[in-house]
Amino acid sequence: MKAISLDGIMAPFAEGHTVMDCALAANIPIPHLCYLPRCVPHGSCRLCTVKIDGRFASACTQPAMEGQHVEIDTEELRQLRLSLLRMLFVEGNHYCPSCEKSGSCRLQKAAYDEGMLDLHYRPWYPKREMDASHPDILIDRDRCIFCELCVKASRDVDGKNIFGISGRGTDTRLVVNSKSGLLADTDISAQDRAVEVCPVGAILVKGLGFEIPIGKRLYD
Amino acid sequence: MTRIVIDPLSRVEGHGKVTLLLDEENRVVEARLHIVEFRGFEKFIQGRPYWEVPVLVERLCGICPVSHHLAAAKAIDGIMGVEKLTPTAEKLRRLLHFGQVLQSHALHFFHLASPDLLFGFDSEIAHRNITGLLKDYPDLALKGVRLRKYGQEVIRVIMGKRIHGTAAIAGGMNKALSFEERDALLGNIDEIIFWADASVDLARDIFLSTPEYRNFAKVSSPFLSLSGKCGEHELYDGHLRCRSAGGDFVFDEIADSGYTGLIREEVKPWSYMKFPYLVMLGKEAGWYRVGPLARINNCDLISSPMAEARRREFVSDGWPVHAPLAYHWARMIELLHCAEKIRGLLEDTDITGGDLRVETEMGREGIGVIEAPRGTLIHHYRVDDQGLIEMANLVVSTTHNNRAMNEAVLKVAKRDIDGKKEVTEGMLNRIEVAIRAFDPCLSCATHAVGKMPLLVEAVDAEGNVIWSMGK
Repeated sequence: MKAISLDGIMAPFAEGHTVMDCALAANIPIPHLCYLPRCVPHGSCRLCTVKIDGRFASACTQPAMEGQHVEIDTEELRQLRLSLLRMLFVEGNHYCPSCEKSGSCRLQKAAYDEGMLDLHYRPWYPKREMDASHPDILIDRDRCIFCELCVKASRDVDGKNIFGISGRGTDTRLVVNSKSGLLADTDISAQDRAVEVCPVGAILVKGLGFEIPIGKRLYD
Repeated sequence: MTRIVIDPLSRVEGHGKVTLLLDEENRVVEARLHIVEFRGFEKFIQGRPYWEVPVLVERLCGICPVSHHLAAAKAIDGIMGVEKLTPTAEKLRRLLHFGQVLQSHALHFFHLASPDLLFGFDSEIAHRNITGLLKDYPDLALKGVRLRKYGQEVIRVIMGKRIHGTAAIAGGMNKALSFEERDALLGNIDEIIFWADASVDLARDIFLSTPEYRNFAKVSSPFLSLSGKCGEHELYDGHLRCRSAGGDFVFDEIADSGYTGLIREEVKPWSYMKFPYLVMLGKEAGWYRVGPLARINNCDLISSPMAEARRREFVSDGWPVHAPLAYHWARMIELLHCAEKIRGLLEDTDITGGDLRVETEMGREGIGVIEAPRGTLIHHYRVDDQGLIEMANLVVSTTHNNRAMNEAVLKVAKRDIDGKKEVTEGMLNRIEVAIRAFDPCLSCATHAVGKMPLLVEAVDAEGNVIWSMGK
């Protein structure tokens, strides 16, 4: 069977697998936020950046190829991931202490795992609109990291195509595909995969906050 | 004119300063307690979803976050139309709050106030703190630390963390108490009650054995607090009761949601803390006090036997008790009450139940009133039709005592500084002792004990610093 080297450990892979697929199958962790099994990867968060035969590449989009030497857990890559995480934090408004996703948030988990102790960069404090128009679901755009998981899940799994990413650079925003631009005017439901898949606290089911006690949350 | 500034105040929670204005003969013309920090919670929680509020506002304070958490949760219950929690949820909330009050009272008495009382107001400043206490009275200091630790442990078991956890949600609680957790807390409750009882002895003996303490910074005022159905001492839920300085009712049995008709808040340009007053007594005469002294003076009885015996002793030699230093004695009676009530709740079979939440329809407005360690705490919210906060009004415990603290500062300044040629550190500490008696939480935030230097400056009428002294 074909195999690649992940930090010196030989890991087998099948045809069509990416480096990320291969690492997950071998139980070798590569930090990631925008990757989701069974969804087409697009490498937007860059947190899964590894070094393949001396070149940087995102593990979720790079096809596994026989004989590759992949570096994952090196000081250089840890520093790179730390910088990426800090940039994700400062470009939004992430207040973990009062966020109901705290303890179940993948961004927070990644920051803890990488030993992030401060923001380092100056926060942007962007002004973003909240959408609470829907009776059951709330969009807190302050926390959106533009991973596009909701976009893909709504389009590919729910078959509703409710979400999109609009604008460029600092003007990038999560938008809703309705005439008013409001979630209330879509057919989204609290059971949709697009709601469940949000890795941070940007898309929430209303009124459920803090129901899971500390110690029982996803990453406690 | 000379201006003396105590900035910042030490061994209180939060940041504040005192300014004294003296004339050419060093007579005290004016004395003011300023709160120099601004938090802005009422404003920045606007636009946030209602269910987030109990966890958001508990960040107001590192000492009594549970009180803010529960007051907000009660208000959110009101928004959700919840009139009655399940027995287990209500008892868990009460247990949590008794743990909160116990730890806060232990912290204040042993860590912050007792060095003044045990070493004397004029004792060596480097020694007049918790480390000095640990050196000279190690057993006492460690008991204080352990009492606080127990209260913190009650909080941790219910909220998942000692500070800033999660527990109360709209209509109930998010976690049941396991039998193991209950048994662990019951394990040393008898020892805690014993120490709490001894703490009442200590506070009483200190107060009664020093004649000066009875009149130190003495002010007379009405007292406001919650009260139970039978007029009993109440910390979690009840009606509003106010007694005049002479002990007569100003009002009683007013639903906590009626606070808007009873209290107004005045804003003054020299402090970020508002000045509440009783509407029916007017701005000038309507100032009042809250906290342990108000609660013990106001109630007709305490529902735990040992604390009730202590209350009777407290009021036996003249009632209502107005001396600010009697706050410490009243505080320790409440500490004992909390310990007794914790044991009672832990022995109640409901406490380990699993029925934690009731569901209802969302409304628009909610008011939650609770007795925090430092006094009556009011949270009032209104939400829009999408469930986002559109109005928030918080009347925090220390705010009620604002005018009373200013009056106490003026009393001490008039007595100890007025006309004196030189102002010593001990004289200034007396002003702080008067403020500390109220256990003010000036910011409702966490601060490190002993890291706040005191800077005193004398400034002439032109603003020139004549002399300064630091510690």
